[in-house]
Amino acid sequence: MVMVFSGDQPLHRVLAGLGERVEGHRPFPRFRLHRADWRSMVDELSANRWTLLGLWGEPRTVHVALRADMTGEVAVASMDCTTGGFPSLSTVRPSAIRLERAVQDLYGLVAEGLTDPRPWLDHGTWGTARPLGTAPEPRGTAGQPEPYPVLPVEGHGLHQIPVGPVHAGIIEPGHFRFTANGETVVRLEERLGYVHKGIEGLMAGRPVAEAARLAARISGDSTVAHSLAFARAVEAALGLEPPPRAVWLRALMAELERIANHLGDIGAIANDAAFAFLLAELSQLRERVLRTADACFGHRLMMDRVVPGGVAVDLPEDGARRLLALVDELRRRFPPLVRVYDGKASLQDRTVSTGQVAMGLANRFGAGGFVGRASGRGQDARRSPSYPPYDDLEFEIPVTTEGDVNARVWIRIREVEQSLSLVEQIVKRMPGVPRSQDGSTPLPLAPLPQGSDAGAGEGMALVEGFRGEILTWVRLEPGGTVGRCHPRDPSWFQWPLLEAAIEGNIVADFPLCNKSFNCSYSGHDL
Amino acid sequence: MFRHILGHLTEGPVTEPAPEPGIDALAELGLRVRAAAQARLGRSLSIREVDAGSCNGCELEIHALNNPIYDLDRFGLRFVASPRHADVLLVTGPVTRNMEEALRRTWDATPEPKWVIAAGACAIDGGIFAGSYAVTGGVDAVIPVDLRIPGCPPRPVELLEGLLALLEVSGG
Ligand code: SF4
Repeated sequence: MVMVFSGDQPLHRVLAGLGERVEGHRPFPRFRLHRADWRSMVDELSANRWTLLGLWGEPRTVHVALRADMTGEVAVASMDCTTGGFPSLSTVRPSAIRLERAVQDLYGLVAEGLTDPRPWLDHGTWGTARPLGTAPEPRGTAGQPEPYPVLPVEGHGLHQIPVGPVHAGIIEPGHFRFTANGETVVRLEERLGYVHKGIEGLMAGRPVAEAARLAARISGDSTVAHSLAFARAVEAALGLEPPPRAVWLRALMAELERIANHLGDIGAIANDAAFAFLLAELSQLRERVLRTADACFGHRLMMDRVVPGGVAVDLPEDGARRLLALVDELRRRFPPLVRVYDGKASLQDRTVSTGQVAMGLANRFGAGGFVGRASGRGQDARRSPSYPPYDDLEFEIPVTTEGDVNARVWIRIREVEQSLSLVEQIVKRMPGVPRSQDGSTPLPLAPLPQGSDAGAGEGMALVEGFRGEILTWVRLEPGGTVGRCHPRDPSWFQWPLLEAAIEGNIVADFPLCNKSFNCSYSGHDL
Repeated sequence: MFRHILGHLTEGPVTEPAPEPGIDALAELGLRVRAAAQARLGRSLSIREVDAGSCNGCELEIHALNNPIYDLDRFGLRFVASPRHADVLLVTGPVTRNMEEALRRTWDATPEPKWVIAAGACAIDGGIFAGSYAVTGGVDAVIPVDLRIPGCPPRPVELLEGLLALLEVSGG
């Protein structure tokens, strides 16, 4: 296949030519398209290499977010589904398949021409079909799962291994159907949706502050990042600027979250390669990070600390000292462990060339985070579109092209180093505590407009969590409630690649591959 | 690496002293469990963790129990891979409708006598997710619960207090 690297058309110009711009959507433009223009957009998608950033429904409307990676242009296109459906994007963007299946399940909007129309989040157990659509339909079979047709596999000597939803370890639930030829996996099919809690439904109609608490519980390991994405989307919708100190404190928490998760992941990957020593060591370092977070922000995972308008807590007196001591300690204790990883042939034997993801595939699915960066895709929301304070900070985005488990470990290692540097820069350069005239120190938190002052608006944010890029879209209603919020976890575009990564590997290497991806079930299932 | 291990041998363990058992948790469990457990169990308790729709925050802290700082093993508590080997089901999450059957089946597969711990605000009563079309509203909507550990998520030390309370009562 010949890759064409030039000739992409400007995204905004194309969409402006197809539809009409919607006022009050910030900071990226949104265009309303008629059905025929939506079809033209699907054609343009096959001619241009724009990345699908997200696709979500409302009772009568479907939205898609796109990015031209080369120029960084981001835009949303929307279509009113007057006939109850919309032309599917699945033939030109396979990353749309599961998102469209979810739209069908939740809203009852039909993705016409969807290449895989099976239900996705709806397992038949909800008391209602299409619970968020215009016509929810009561079902008498609440609690009783419907049979799910797995994809047929035919061939000589193939056997199937069903695993889950309850797994052997302390991990989230999901179902994996392996088709193997002897020990070699010829196909993995994932089935997710087990932890679907109905978060989007719960957010609708809630005051912003309550919806923020739900956003903090989309995926516990990314509570800071999801809270930040929600807060930034709300602030964009309202045209609200958080105080400068809040902006820096948020980045501080986000980098601590990234470090803690990467340390845990590297240890867990080594452990799945039967090397428990690194898990024992790295889990202690992770614990050090969580305790510092607890001492500085009053919660080990920093849940509910990033809120729309700013932050809910400022550093204590000794916070800066504690944070710098943490950076020092990790800089001392982490490198020897990296050398252990690098020097153990038995470990490398398991991680090198295992679970490879080709760069073309990572690009096609728009996979972010360490999954994308280990396969040559250097996208990082802190750089593009970027958001403060990262434009003021120095950091590198590690990228490599091997695409195997080892590469995903190394990206994490490099990111820990970068994030340690970011924590240090932030602590040293952060704006000081604002003092009011009576000497008190108010929280860096801009009040949200209340009641009749609270206007309507639409906002979108792209935020880099430890796993990759989170997209959050929100529409606020007059009076300060959430009309619709859609948080899209990076896992949506990484889960499908895990199916590809395991192909041709032995079944016994699946836990290792899976851990090297560490996709969120909860963030995906919502 | 060997220098590393040698360091640990000479510096002593990183493990912290165990906390006092949680008084509230103890009271809740009560004498009902004591009698049954004394008859059947020794000191060692096997725990099967079941995520029934958690946000994964609770799992992170349950994982931390296995790190060398908390070191669950020294209390004779261990996580097992199958419910068939378990005395205790440690359940997190609001129990989504899509996990309801799997949770019930896991409970059915656990041999008697067995105890169920609902860990975290969600597991206790659905927490922030209560009222959704997609959740049942807590573990005891599906299977009987013996002990509740509040928190969002409970800190490792709080999980440990709950587990120790269960152990002291069940181990006699
Ligand atoms: S109790 Fe809190 S941390 Fe635990 S699953 Fe529920 S929301 Fe997540």
